[in-house]
Amino acid sequence: MKVKELLLNKNFTLLTKNSDTEIQINDVYICDLLSWVMSHAGNQCAWITVQTHTNIVAVAVLLDMACIIIPEGIGVEESTLKKASEENLPILSTNLSTYEIASIIYESNKNVTK
Amino acid sequence: MIINIHKTSYEVASRDFIRSGDASKSIKKTLNQMGFASQLVRKVCIATYEAEMNIAIHSHGGEIILIVDDYTIAIQIIDRGPGIANIEQAMKAGYSTATNEMIEMGFGAGMGFYNMQKCANVFKLESKKNEGTKIDMIFYIECNED
Ligand SMILES: Nc1ncnc2c1ncn2[C@@H]1O[C@H](COP(=O)(O)OP(=O)(O)O)[C@@H](O)[C@H]1O
Ligand SMILES: [Mg+2]
Repeated sequence: MKVKELLLNKNFTLLTKNSDTEIQINDVYICDLLSWVMSHAGNQCAWITVQTHTNIVAVAVLLDMACIIIPEGIGVEESTLKKASEENLPILSTNLSTYEIASIIYESNKNVTK
Repeated sequence: MIINIHKTSYEVASRDFIRSGDASKSIKKTLNQMGFASQLVRKVCIATYEAEMNIAIHSHGGEIILIVDDYTIAIQIIDRGPGIANIEQAMKAGYSTATNEMIEMGFGAGMGFYNMQKCANVFKLESKKNEGTKIDMIFYIECNED
C-alpha cells in the first residue's frame, strides 16, 4: 500500500510537511536500536519506532524508507519533524500499537505483488 | 590510463545529534548523482553512518573524507581523540561504552564496527589512547554492481 492509502485510515496522522506520500510501503520494520535497524531494515519499509529524536530522520533517509510511524500516541520533537519535512520523509503518528499497525499494512499488502 | 578523482570532506561535531547523520546523507546524494548501484550506495551509507555516529558519540569531533576514483569509493575517518585503548575489545560485536543516555536514544548497540566491517571490502582501524582514531574503508565499485 502507499503511504497516502494508510493515511485514509483515521487512526493515522501525518505530522510532516511536503511529504512524499505516493511512495509504496513494501515492508514493516520494528526496532529501536539504530545500528540494528541500519543493518537489517529493507528499502521502502514503514519503520515503527518509539525513538523520536532527529537522528531517526538520517536513518530513514539513508535506507530509503517509505515512512516512520510513531506508535501509541507518543509525541515527536518539532526539530525532528522539521528535518523530516526538509527530506520529504513522512512521519506518521497513531494511537495504535506496533502489532495493530503491522497488521493493517500486512492485510493491505498480502494480496498484492510488490 | 585516466583516473578521475572526486574528493570532499565533512566536519562532524561531538555530541551534535541534530546534525549528526548529515555528512552520511550528503555522501549518499553525491554517490547517487554519480550513478552508482543502489546496493553499493547502501553499503557505503551504512558504514559511513556508523563511523559518523561514533565521532559524534565517542570522540571530541572529527572529519569524514570521501574519495572516489574509477575503481573505488574510499571513506576516511579522522577524529581528535580520545582514542581507543583496547581495539580488539572495541571491535567485538555487542561491546559498547555508550552511556545510559545514549542507549535510551537507541545508540550503543555495539554493532558499529561490525556493520562497518560487513559493508566495506577493506576496513582498517588505527587508534591509540589519548590520540585520535583513524579509519580507512574501501568499497570496490566493480564487485558491488547490481
Ligand atoms: N571514534 C571513537 N573514539 C573513541 N572510541 C570509540 C570510537 N568509536 C568507537 N569507539 C569505542 O568502541 C566501542 C564500540 O563501537 P561500536 O562498535 O560503534 O559500538 P557503539 O558505538 O554502539 O558503542 C564504543 O562503545 C567506544 O568505546
Ligand atoms: Mg557506534
